[in-house]
Amino acid sequence: MSRLVIEARPERSIWAPVQVSLLAVLLTCLGGSVLFMIYGVSPIKGLDAIFIDPLRTSYGIGEILLKMAPLLLIAQGLAIGFRAQIWNIGAEGQLIVGAIAATALAIQFNGTTSPLLLPAMVLAGMIGGMIWAGIAAFLRSQFNANEILVTFMLTSVALQLLYYLIAGPMRDPSGFNFPQSIRFGAAAKFPILIEGTRANASLYIGLVASAVAVIFVQRSLVSYKMSVGGIAPAAATYAGYSSKKAIWLALLISGGAAGMAGVGEVSGPLGMLQRNISPGYGYAGIIVAVLGGLHPIGIIFAAALMALVYVGGDFALLSVGLPNAVTGIFQGMLLTFYLACSFLLTSRIRWIKPNALAQEASPD
Amino acid sequence: MEVLIFIVSGTLAAATALIFAAMGELVAEKSGVLNLGVEGMMATGAAMGFVALTQSGSYTVGFLAAAVLGCLLSLIHAVLTLVFRADQTASGLAIGILGLGLSSAIGKSYEGRTVAGLPELNLGPLSDIPIIGQMFFSQDIMVYLSIMLVLATWYVLTRTKLGLVIRAVGESPENAHALGLKVRLIRASCVGFGGAMAGIGGAYMSTAYTPLWAEGMIAGRGWIVVALTVFGTWIVPRVTFGAYLFGSMSLLELSIQAFGWSIPSQAMSVLPYVVTIIMLAAISRNLSFIRRNSPASLGAVLKI
Amino acid sequence: MADTPLLRLRGVSKSYPAVLANDAVNLDVMPGEIHAVLGENGAGKSTLMKIIYGSVRPDAGTVEWNGEQVDIQSPLVARELGIGMVFQHFSLFETLTAAENISLAVPGTIAELSDRIRAASEQFGLDVEPNSRVQAMTVGERQRIEILRCILQEPKLIIMDEPTSVLPPQGIAKLFETLRRLASEGIGIIFISHKLDEIKALCDTATVMRAGRVVGVVDAKVEDARSLTRLMIGHEISAPTHSGDRSAGRAVLDVSRLNYTPQDPFAPSLKDITLSLRSGQITGIAGVSGNGQDALTRALAGEFVQGPQDAGAIVLDGKAIGVLGPDQRREQGLHFVPEERLGRGAVPIHTLSENAGLTTHHAGLVNWGMLKLGKRRALAQGTIDAMDVRCGGPDATAQSLSGGNLQKFIVGRELALRPKVLIASQPTWGVDVGAAAAIRQKLIDLRNEGAAILIVSEEIEEIFEICDDIQVMFRGQLSPPAQIQTTSIDEVGLAMAGDFAALSGREAAHV
Repeated sequence: MSRLVIEARPERSIWAPVQVSLLAVLLTCLGGSVLFMIYGVSPIKGLDAIFIDPLRTSYGIGEILLKMAPLLLIAQGLAIGFRAQIWNIGAEGQLIVGAIAATALAIQFNGTTSPLLLPAMVLAGMIGGMIWAGIAAFLRSQFNANEILVTFMLTSVALQLLYYLIAGPMRDPSGFNFPQSIRFGAAAKFPILIEGTRANASLYIGLVASAVAVIFVQRSLVSYKMSVGGIAPAAATYAGYSSKKAIWLALLISGGAAGMAGVGEVSGPLGMLQRNISPGYGYAGIIVAVLGGLHPIGIIFAAALMALVYVGGDFALLSVGLPNAVTGIFQGMLLTFYLACSFLLTSRIRWIKPNALAQEASPD
Repeated sequence: MEVLIFIVSGTLAAATALIFAAMGELVAEKSGVLNLGVEGMMATGAAMGFVALTQSGSYTVGFLAAAVLGCLLSLIHAVLTLVFRADQTASGLAIGILGLGLSSAIGKSYEGRTVAGLPELNLGPLSDIPIIGQMFFSQDIMVYLSIMLVLATWYVLTRTKLGLVIRAVGESPENAHALGLKVRLIRASCVGFGGAMAGIGGAYMSTAYTPLWAEGMIAGRGWIVVALTVFGTWIVPRVTFGAYLFGSMSLLELSIQAFGWSIPSQAMSVLPYVVTIIMLAAISRNLSFIRRNSPASLGAVLKI
Repeated sequence: MADTPLLRLRGVSKSYPAVLANDAVNLDVMPGEIHAVLGENGAGKSTLMKIIYGSVRPDAGTVEWNGEQVDIQSPLVARELGIGMVFQHFSLFETLTAAENISLAVPGTIAELSDRIRAASEQFGLDVEPNSRVQAMTVGERQRIEILRCILQEPKLIIMDEPTSVLPPQGIAKLFETLRRLASEGIGIIFISHKLDEIKALCDTATVMRAGRVVGVVDAKVEDARSLTRLMIGHEISAPTHSGDRSAGRAVLDVSRLNYTPQDPFAPSLKDITLSLRSGQITGIAGVSGNGQDALTRALAGEFVQGPQDAGAIVLDGKAIGVLGPDQRREQGLHFVPEERLGRGAVPIHTLSENAGLTTHHAGLVNWGMLKLGKRRALAQGTIDAMDVRCGGPDATAQSLSGGNLQKFIVGRELALRPKVLIASQPTWGVDVGAAAAIRQKLIDLRNEGAAILIVSEEIEEIFEICDDIQVMFRGQLSPPAQIQTTSIDEVGLAMAGDFAALSGREAAHV
């Protein structure tokens, strides 16, 4: 009889990750169509609203670039850790702490026109994110505390810290008791990239980070060592690669990147510190990293796609009345389908043809 | 005495959702499958249970619907990890995200609505015992069911052939397969049980404990449940103790308000998370203590 | 129907991406027969047994059971038919007791089973205590549980996969007695081995395999070792060139009173290990597995690091290296070939190029923290050429290579930097005969160049073939060294059971 077998790929395929990602997107569109029908929206209209509509206007494209900036930065940072099987799921919290640290500077130097303020805020945000992730690195390397749980818990702590600060120490004294900081001055904000949109220069940080990540991943000894630790921990121990170093690096890099993404929000579209500084970028960044095959170039495409889903979700709410819960379900489906297909990264499917011997041997 | 009654009876109620979800997660992990999607499954259960209850008016229907949906969600995790051999961590995160999205879609038009809440079960003379009755026997039925679930989980895992099979599959799926045990089926059943229990735990939050539906109301409890299995070093009584400890903590906020102390509300809100972090560090530090009862294949990709 | 075979295979084939493991194999096993399946490592015996036991599906061919064609889809089906298997690397659950382990495969309560276990232990001479945990058991005890578990399922056919490779010589005779008793009850036994003397002593018929094919079915009692070898290998092989009388060189690696307690509470601790490796000499460490060999190699390679006060427990060329990690020890010229190839010696999904860099970065492969990819690739290609590794080139993934070829690559990588000291754990375990011979020859060549070599092996024959000195490990302790030329296998066997005096008896070689 002929049958399908799944077997290991003899050589690594460059195109396999691309195939897997595209397959996941395709399946998500199919799943999404079912979802649209449940909501009584025609699948064509729904998919058009999410995937095509935002691309029709420069405003839509600007929104995509705006949302792509933090996703790109966060995902590039997270992917470095994920490759080493170090799961920082608290980028959301590191983003918040980064935003808080940058806001502290913006408040302190309110009114200045110095061009150094913004770079200083980016640096402060990075350090803030690193410190927050560093707590998890310390607890994991010294006490073996699971970094997944710790980074998640720290996100909840960061959120409460934010609520406390904007209700008290960082509240705008002339803001009618609204829980928000002062509005940032021009020197504390990223310049707009495209006139008439909200896309700002923080996207450059993400692009530079991507370029650095390409070199880091493909050429650096550190990245090689970390990936060995992730794929085959016994091989890393045998080779003498330090797992503690990998933990620290993974968390500090991803925390720093998420912290800078937080600066991009408060110094970008928000222009202040407030309760809702991120629509879940920290969690979406996890999906972007995985969907991009943990590869810096793949992540650029995945970040653009995820930004499109965010913006498309907003568009679909207005144009065809789909609730914005759809965005969350789309994100979940993308990751789920990617994981379902990801066995194709290391395996391939092959038909085994009917065997002459088997037929000969059978009695009838 | 009033305070003590309040604390004991309040702890029992506050821990009930954690108990359901934690027993489910414990069974799944004992079979070797880490499911990080508890938060999403609880949220889905909370939304589904609330909607089913308001639609049907029946608590049974509400809890059943929540259990079924939680179970279905967890079975996605089972299929991803057991059939497609996906990484358990990534897959758990995926269904966590999926579950949160699903919960917000299901509960969209019920946001902020309330229901009556489960009535206290009258245990006749037991409930009438002064103090003791008020502490322990003036609860709703789910509180008692959660205690029975703890006993049943303990009994099955440690005293029955089924428990032996689950532990064996969790220690070495390869050996279990070689012995002819149906590893995938056993693991999928355990994961599905975990999902159903998480669904019920979530539904208890939205239909009995609070009782209202609001997006994000699970507020990290699913993650605390995952942490509980580590604190409890995969032993039923310890996990249960941990759940009651966290249950009592959520009362602290209320008590402190009652006493009129001025502590920022945020400081009280972070308490469970900070305690989780500290306990995680304190317990994980001792590797051999952790490893003695941890399922050896937990989190590993299935090789059969 | 006395002439209906219990099991009959016809034309069974199984191919893997890189290798044809079974090529149209035929096999007949009669009830009450002890049937040897003989072949070198890599001949396809294990694949064939997995097919019979249902854990691997054949690509083609038929299986008949008592004259009826069957499709053994899973081990469950195999067990329902009455096929039991005793695995080479046991399939027991460490955290469960003997009785619990058995109850997973045999119906009945623990109490009932405990009684049956005691009865069967008596009947077949298999000492097992039902209520003790597997974790604390010796290899022999574990094997007895496996056999008991098989017997209590009342099988008609038992597959024994290299059962003697884990036993000390004294345990083998006892095992044979048990197997003969089972056969006399009408149970068919498939006995897999590559040890000719065992097969002649125990078996009735032998099916000989080579490179996935059956090359002969012979009467085991009639054939002699020479003719069996010829069948099995295809030609007569000469032992590696091993220059006889050698003057030992200076001590390169000195280990004195090394103690180590692993984190795993059930792994044996190293107790007062004293060892001296000399230039131009191969020392073999014999012993039943699980007696501390793993901890010893890890401690020597640097995966376990000594505390500062014990830095001098390991001295390389006069330098205390106890506190150095594996990479720093490699820089000093101490290299290690681990037992597990995929996942430890090599990263499965990495290419050979990438794997070439695993242990060789200090040799000019890194510049300012950046990898020199061309140089790494050249190192991989050089290793492939030098060791005659059959593969798709430096871009092939490690997992696509056969065990023997991957092992050649790993050994070649460690040899490429001309180590002063090489430690190799089971260097030829599970490797086909050609690769094993090539690896042994390379080790001997390295010794002849003046390196000091330590080989840990569970196969005494291998140690006798290529080593100059032998030491035996038992419960975390290491015997004093003895010269191979003046030592007999029996003495080593006694030492493996803990009697170190038997080994040092003829030489006053106390350290």
